[in-house]
Amino acid sequence: MNLLEGVKLALGQIRAQKLKSFFAVLGVIIGVMFLITVVSVVEGMNRYMEEDFAGTIYGLNTITLARDPEIDFSSDPDVWRSYWRRPRIRFQDADAVRRALTVPALVAVESFSGGNLVSEHGVEVQNVWLTAASADLFRIRDMDIERGRGFTAPEDRAGVPVVILGAETAEMLFGRLDPIGRTVKVRGIPFRVIGVMKKQGSLFGMSMDNRAFAPARSPMGRMVNPQGIVDRVLIKPLNGADLDQAKMDVEAIMRVRHKLRPTEPNDFSIETADEAMSFWENIRRILMVAFPGLVSIALVVGGIVIMNIMLVSVTERTREIGIRKALGAKRRDIHIQVLVESATLSLLGACIGIGIGIVLAQVVQAISPLPAAIAPLWMGISVLMGMSVGVIAGIYPAARAARMDPVVALRAE
Amino acid sequence: MSTPVIRTENLRKDYQLGSETVHALRGVDIVIERNEYVAIMGPSGSGKSTFMNLIGCLDTPTSGEYWLDGTPVAGLDDDELARIRNQYIGFVFQTFNLLPRASALHNVELPLIYAGVGKAERRERAVEVLQKVGLGDRMEHKPSELSGGQRQRVAVARALVNRPSLLLADEPTGNLDSKTSTEIMALFDELHTGGQTILLVTHEHDIAEHAHRTVTLRDGVISSDEPTSRALAMAGAGSARVG
Repeated sequence: MNLLEGVKLALGQIRAQKLKSFFAVLGVIIGVMFLITVVSVVEGMNRYMEEDFAGTIYGLNTITLARDPEIDFSSDPDVWRSYWRRPRIRFQDADAVRRALTVPALVAVESFSGGNLVSEHGVEVQNVWLTAASADLFRIRDMDIERGRGFTAPEDRAGVPVVILGAETAEMLFGRLDPIGRTVKVRGIPFRVIGVMKKQGSLFGMSMDNRAFAPARSPMGRMVNPQGIVDRVLIKPLNGADLDQAKMDVEAIMRVRHKLRPTEPNDFSIETADEAMSFWENIRRILMVAFPGLVSIALVVGGIVIMNIMLVSVTERTREIGIRKALGAKRRDIHIQVLVESATLSLLGACIGIGIGIVLAQVVQAISPLPAAIAPLWMGISVLMGMSVGVIAGIYPAARAARMDPVVALRAE
Repeated sequence: MSTPVIRTENLRKDYQLGSETVHALRGVDIVIERNEYVAIMGPSGSGKSTFMNLIGCLDTPTSGEYWLDGTPVAGLDDDELARIRNQYIGFVFQTFNLLPRASALHNVELPLIYAGVGKAERRERAVEVLQKVGLGDRMEHKPSELSGGQRQRVAVARALVNRPSLLLADEPTGNLDSKTSTEIMALFDELHTGGQTILLVTHEHDIAEHAHRTVTLRDGVISSDEPTSRALAMAGAGSARVG
């Protein structure tokens, strides 16, 4: 008897007992469903981290020098207190880095705060993300200005009160009017609008378009930080291959400026997108090991259920097995028939689980900021796992069926 | 003289029932030639069923020899016996023993599946035997959609599809009314006329009368082995013609 006929036979059997078959594979369905959902979300997060998040927070090939790390989910308050005791980063640090770097690079400072913007017509936009930055920030960040222009170097140096608005902010403040050349007030100080950014989209549900950029030495700088202090210094080597060298340079320069002895640890943070990625990679690795592990437990339970159902099914069909044996079925034929049935059942469960998992992942994506990406590899793994569970669960019932004595089996009711 | 279909020598079968050994067969010697039509009779407990299981290769004897169509089968294992059953024996059971969810056609195809016959030939041969037993128009019906007589015809078709050396029928009319029984026995007569060797296990004398030879078992041994009156009549007619 060939495999295809076995599958056909198994499908007939499953069709004849739909409800029982469904309950038999419920464990497998649930296990695979969760596996696919979680893996989809993790993979989606991963793609998001690689393509958007790390690039947005840190920028590609960009070194971020700051007092404390951007990404540190440490819950130890001592760690945080030690961060707060560190000296702040200053304009002079950025200037020193710019002077002493051994590789060609763009250097920019960046400081943030939140605040309200008021247009000349009295329209107010709240909770705008205010950034006081150097002119080169736009080049480092690859942020495009859609209308108008960025800051010039003289404006930057002199701290002229000009402002570049996010697309959404400009829209809310001025509607369909051309914002270029108009005035907005930030904490009572007027700024002249010189540009509007291209739309950026959102990050974890937060809009990246409700923003305002002004030169770091303009009055905006003093609004977001004390005089002379900046939140971060961004260093982007013109040649991506110089990233590691630039990183070492920055570290050396800062250690000298902070007069650290060789035994003392850094009292500043230097990060690149790689740090964010490696942090994320750790989380991902744990999830990708722990979750399939948990799912395996579900599948083992699912397999035991299938085994029991198959044992019942084999017992119920003792007479059928007797008939088949009387007509010439060898042990192997009966064995294969039961194994194929068990594997088909479990495989079907895995496929249903994958289907529900995909739907669930889409639902998660729709109702939460978590993105989802279906991983074909994991669908393949699920199918394989489903089949293996079925085959393993079928071994014992199949052996029982194959060993039946035809005389006894034919006498069964 | 051609090889007999069945030849047994001192066939014995013991069962262990707790500490007691039951001697179901105590040495049976029988020879059944090709195209014989033999009825096995005997009261319950006579070893009739045990004998049938051994002859049908469903079970193995405790001791003794058994040649089926010249092949010694007494010492074969499970899978070899399965192959022998598949190739040499066609079973017809009292309770039909059809697969309830399969069509008549699929039921008849079953022995061919286990014989490894290809799909096209399988279908062709199954259709052919079903037409032979008069069910050419019922092939797609499930057993539950067929009458008792029709079910038994499907079973006969299934028994014949592998062209067995021996048709082994165990109380084939036991679950049928008298009219249908007559029909089935007529079919058996026809098959015998066509050259089929038939072994019929029954406890009804009028069914046994269809055979040409009656073997009666009692307490695990053959107590009588004689031609039926029908055979005698036919032989008489024959000798009369010769004489």
